[in-house]
Amino acid sequence: MAELSDELEVAVWQGDRAGGAMRIYSVPQRPSQTVLDVVTWIQRNVEPGLSYRFACRVGMCGSCAMMVNGQPRWACRTHIKAALAGNHLELRPLRNLPVIKDLACDMSEFFHKWQQAEGRFYPTADRHEPVAKISPASPRRAAANKGIECINCAACYAACDVVAWNPGYLGPAALNRAWTLLNDVRDGAQKRRQRAVLQNNGCQNCHSMQGCASFCPVALNPTAAIAGLKRTALRAIRQGQV
Amino acid sequence: MLGPRLFVAQRVSAAVMAPLVLGHLLVMIYAVQGGLDSAEILARTRGSLFWGTYYELFVTAVAIHAAIGVRVIAYEWFKVKNRWLEVVTVMIGCVLFLSGTYAVYAVVA
Amino acid sequence: MMRPHHKSSLWLGFLLHRLSGLILALFLPLHFYVLGLALVDTAALDGYLILTRNPVVKFMECTLVFLLAVHLFGGLRVLALEFLPWHSRQKTLVAASSAAALFLACLFLLRAF
Repeated sequence: MAELSDELEVAVWQGDRAGGAMRIYSVPQRPSQTVLDVVTWIQRNVEPGLSYRFACRVGMCGSCAMMVNGQPRWACRTHIKAALAGNHLELRPLRNLPVIKDLACDMSEFFHKWQQAEGRFYPTADRHEPVAKISPASPRRAAANKGIECINCAACYAACDVVAWNPGYLGPAALNRAWTLLNDVRDGAQKRRQRAVLQNNGCQNCHSMQGCASFCPVALNPTAAIAGLKRTALRAIRQGQV
Repeated sequence: MLGPRLFVAQRVSAAVMAPLVLGHLLVMIYAVQGGLDSAEILARTRGSLFWGTYYELFVTAVAIHAAIGVRVIAYEWFKVKNRWLEVVTVMIGCVLFLSGTYAVYAVVA
Repeated sequence: MMRPHHKSSLWLGFLLHRLSGLILALFLPLHFYVLGLALVDTAALDGYLILTRNPVVKFMECTLVFLLAVHLFGGLRVLALEFLPWHSRQKTLVAASSAAALFLACLFLLRAF
């Protein structure tokens, strides 16, 4: 009987592209339990077919993000105590992404937008040349540093209302990445990237509601990065780049 | 759906309007005392090059600003797309510019 | 789905900015129409202006003054956020712009009566 009062009531969305529903499970509460522990307990003990993603379990790979009581969070680094509403936990797949099955989303669109925003490095030197010397104190390197720790978990993308209303919008993660690269003096494709971030679905569509910054698990601020990109718009138009 | 040129037009028109709106608010707060009547308004505006320029600049900026602002709302909230989105933008801009210019002419001429 | 970030003052600042802008855009044609009457029919213009003596209309006017002021100060906040170096006190700025708008609207109301 003592165990019963320590039960969590966990609602997990299950289904696929065609639709789905919440299913409710009773999960024993344990000390230092994370959301990932809860999901794993359900899969191992009750619902072997439950689909979800994880790899590192320690907040490094960025694969386990899901909606936990309506907020995008890493399952592995979210203690249930920080997320519980009473003893209730509601788990859904990430918002703004098409679901594959249960808690696993199709991330293709998200990664495709990184490429659309030119969120990739174009080297100007090869391995035989000396390593570029960049002062950590230089303004551009300092700006890049602020956004560099992103591990593309898509929590910001799920939090973004502009993505929800305008599915073509490149989104906070891709634009944050483009901003770090725009500040990389070694990169050789800046004009191309400048055009990319100012495409019709680009940075200027951001309304600065800062949902991305509120939910980034590593406390980055994509809104600030996007504001940096917006500041380049006037110059790019004047120089005829867009 | 906001291209970079519309974005810049939106922000530039906003920056132009900021002092004009502040002036408009202060004039309203000043003029509302004792009630509004046409004689009081027209005495200030009739034949005034200053108020004519002020209000026409205001009307031009607001036509651009509101057209782009409503365009974004139409796209994001009401799912207006493609050619219809362009029609909505241009229509709102034209209606505001023309009716506003007529109003400026009416109180200044 | 629960959307807790919609309780954030930053999100509310966005919503206030959008709704105030939309209502002002809808109000403008009426505003221009009434002023346009000055050319053809000043009596009709005065007919509308006399309506503003009604306390209910005064409160509606005050609402419009608030919407205009909140769109102005909210807009200045957006311009500062986008075109000045980033600063961390975003929520303070939302509160300050709303407070400034409320102040102007109250000032208008005090003088209107």
